[in-house]
Amino acid sequence: MAAGRMVAERSETVPPRRLDFKTKLLTAVVVLANVFGNFSLSWGMKHQAAKLADSPLAYIQTILSPWVLLGTSLLIVWFLARMTLLSWADLSYVLPMTSLGYVFTAFLGKYFFGEQITLQRWLGTLAIMVGMILVGLTTPNTTARAGEAGQ
Amino acid sequence: MKWIMVGIIVGSTVFADLLQSFEMKRNVVAVEDLRPGRIPRLLRSFAQRGPLILAVCFMAISFFAFMKLLSIADLSFAVPVTAASVVLETVLARLALKEQVNPMRWAGAFCVACGVALLAV
Repeated sequence: MAAGRMVAERSETVPPRRLDFKTKLLTAVVVLANVFGNFSLSWGMKHQAAKLADSPLAYIQTILSPWVLLGTSLLIVWFLARMTLLSWADLSYVLPMTSLGYVFTAFLGKYFFGEQITLQRWLGTLAIMVGMILVGLTTPNTTARAGEAGQ
Repeated sequence: MKWIMVGIIVGSTVFADLLQSFEMKRNVVAVEDLRPGRIPRLLRSFAQRGPLILAVCFMAISFFAFMKLLSIADLSFAVPVTAASVVLETVLARLALKEQVNPMRWAGAFCVACGVALLAV
């Protein structure tokens, strides 16, 4: 708890412009770690020999495969980066902004897995992007506590 | 089975995100704490917070359900359909976390919801 209070106190001394840049940079890290984490995980799951329903041991074998390990590692990076981002910005801001990952995921699914992406799915992807842009035009922090971080 | 997994993923994600947002706003992380040498200390501070531990439990449920979903559905279906949690979480962010959600942000959440519907149907 003490460590948490200390980091909160230090953050108040950081210039807003620098924190704003860092917020955008961290948003990019969150998106990329999530996209490539999911991609690695999916690649590993698609190429597994054993079926998950067979036994609990099959789960362990799958988790220890290289692609699933890489995917899991990237998702841990995503988790830590996202937790930090949530301390700087609203949840209702972070969620749509990081939805850019869905667009990248659609491209990866199409070009690496040969998945069929219909016009309807592309329109869905476009709508998500429009939503992300609209939310991106709003203020990242609207709560008093978050304002202390200098957003 | 596919839609049961989607339900589990969305429900557990909503609880995990609300708990994380609530707790992380109480103790803001400084930029300096993201340096490699300070990561262990940051992780220790995370591990001492009850709501974050509970959030991790919900994320674990979501993670294993997501792994199962990936084995029975396309990646381009599995990932976007779980975005249904965005709308639910925006409503709860307004009600539970007292965030100021202005019309533009509501419009953005609505667009995301439409996008999810188009991807999922």
